[in-house]
Amino acid sequence: MSVTDLHAAGLRRDERLERWKLFGLASPAILLVLVVLVIPVGWLFYVSFVGADGNFSLENYERMVSRKSYLRIFVTTFQVSILTTALCIVIGYPLAYFISQLPTRWANLCLVTVLLPFWTSLLVRTYAWLVLLQKQGLVNQWAISLGLWDEPLKFVHNMTGTLIGMVHIMLPFLILPVYGAMRAIDKDYLKAASNLGASPRRAFWTVFFPLSTPGLFAGSLMVFVLCLGFFVTPAVLGGGRVIMVSMKIVSNIELFVNWGAASSLGVVLLVLTVIILWIASRFTRLEQMAGGGH
Amino acid sequence: MLNWLKSPASETQVTHGQRLWLYLFAAVIMMLLVLPTLIVIPMSFSDSQYLEFPPETWSLRWYRNYFGSAEWMQATATSLKTAVLTMLVATPIGVLAAYALHASRLPYIRAAFVLLITPMMVPVVLIAVGAFYAYVKLQILYTITGLVLAHSLLAIPLVVIVTGSALQGFDMNLEQAARSLGAPRWRAFLTITLPQIRFAVVTSMLLSFLASFDEVVIAMFISGGDNPTLTRNMFNALRDQIDPTIAAISTIMILITTVMMVLVAIFGRGKT
Repeated sequence: MSVTDLHAAGLRRDERLERWKLFGLASPAILLVLVVLVIPVGWLFYVSFVGADGNFSLENYERMVSRKSYLRIFVTTFQVSILTTALCIVIGYPLAYFISQLPTRWANLCLVTVLLPFWTSLLVRTYAWLVLLQKQGLVNQWAISLGLWDEPLKFVHNMTGTLIGMVHIMLPFLILPVYGAMRAIDKDYLKAASNLGASPRRAFWTVFFPLSTPGLFAGSLMVFVLCLGFFVTPAVLGGGRVIMVSMKIVSNIELFVNWGAASSLGVVLLVLTVIILWIASRFTRLEQMAGGGH
Repeated sequence: MLNWLKSPASETQVTHGQRLWLYLFAAVIMMLLVLPTLIVIPMSFSDSQYLEFPPETWSLRWYRNYFGSAEWMQATATSLKTAVLTMLVATPIGVLAAYALHASRLPYIRAAFVLLITPMMVPVVLIAVGAFYAYVKLQILYTITGLVLAHSLLAIPLVVIVTGSALQGFDMNLEQAARSLGAPRWRAFLTITLPQIRFAVVTSMLLSFLASFDEVVIAMFISGGDNPTLTRNMFNALRDQIDPTIAAISTIMILITTVMMVLVAIFGRGKT
């Protein structure tokens, strides 16, 4: 072994050490995630497999399958999540399209209307809908004085109110990735389609729409995942009539102090979330899904 | 006007006239996105028990109610303290982590990155329940320390993503140059790298503050006793009745968020 070889080996070792030292700078953050998130959630995982007698058992999961009330909660959760996602697509896609067609200046201005609610406290927005939609609320008052309907309609403390609030809160999560995907589409493609004789409608559906689907897909999955675990809005606007998984977890702990039941629901929720995010990660980078970088 | 309607609106010879429906639709949706929240502001200045719009008589009654209540003031103090501390904890450790992931070329960095952004992916209810359990064991339930730790956990993904993407636009050779001229790494980082990514760092700080200040579900579980947060008290008040004091508090919260957003817009104007 020559002197230069020894030198090279030493340098390589130094470099490895340096990389590990650098990596160590991330340790406070990693430690925090481990202590406050990974270990406690791991413990919940464990508790979900412990029965009332303290031994290993699947009774917490069996209860979920056998009891009608649990089944209903899952049905409601999926119902709310699917409907919210669908409404967000129907409302958000055209809006994102509209904004993406504007010159940058105007587009940024319009994006503020999407970002402003995005950063406003969720609780404040939920409260605002409660005020607007209640029996003596503005919507009923105005509609009755305009003669649209005679009796105050019930918009809150039910599914309608929950959906209105959820769609309002979830829209930015759909619009931002869709808008990002649309902005990236080269407009020359559409010109080419048009030149080749495609009608505007055909050019849109065969060229523009397919190119925007990665953003649409990422946004929809993000909205769906967030809906699955949502708590505040259904709790306030659902008025006890719309019970979702997260609310059952909370009541299992606050009212019944049943950790086994709560954590098994939590595990199911987490597994569903992970599966959906995994599917999503095959189409887009996770950090983009969360609207990061906007 | 008529000419504009007939003029082409896109590359595919659609005219503005044919797109009128889209413009109307977009205008309505944008109004629905913004107005419901803003309408709370004038309502909070109403003199009536029942929130009315427009208010028949104006008054600061609900603000007096809020500022005069020891309970609300204590909750506000807890929330502000927690948010400021979260900002001061999450930003440095998040920036360090982002820098580490960017500079170290170990094969584990992708895994570490995914781990660091999990708090954004895991349903917040689970984090809350887990933290509740852990804090009982660690005996930091209902303390500001506990709140700051949990909220920092939520803020770290934001800091790592914002700072990480700024670092991607930063030329690491500049830092190399400083180091080859004899600066130790920490000094090269502080004097060369940090000033380049300062917009991202300031944005991270503001986002961390908001993430903590607006957080409800975790606070429901692990704040209470002497240290309930503002959002926790608001949520409890909301479930029971519609107290107009909440409208006043909401207005103040909207104001804080808007100030933060303007600050982000000003400081984030770098290339981030």
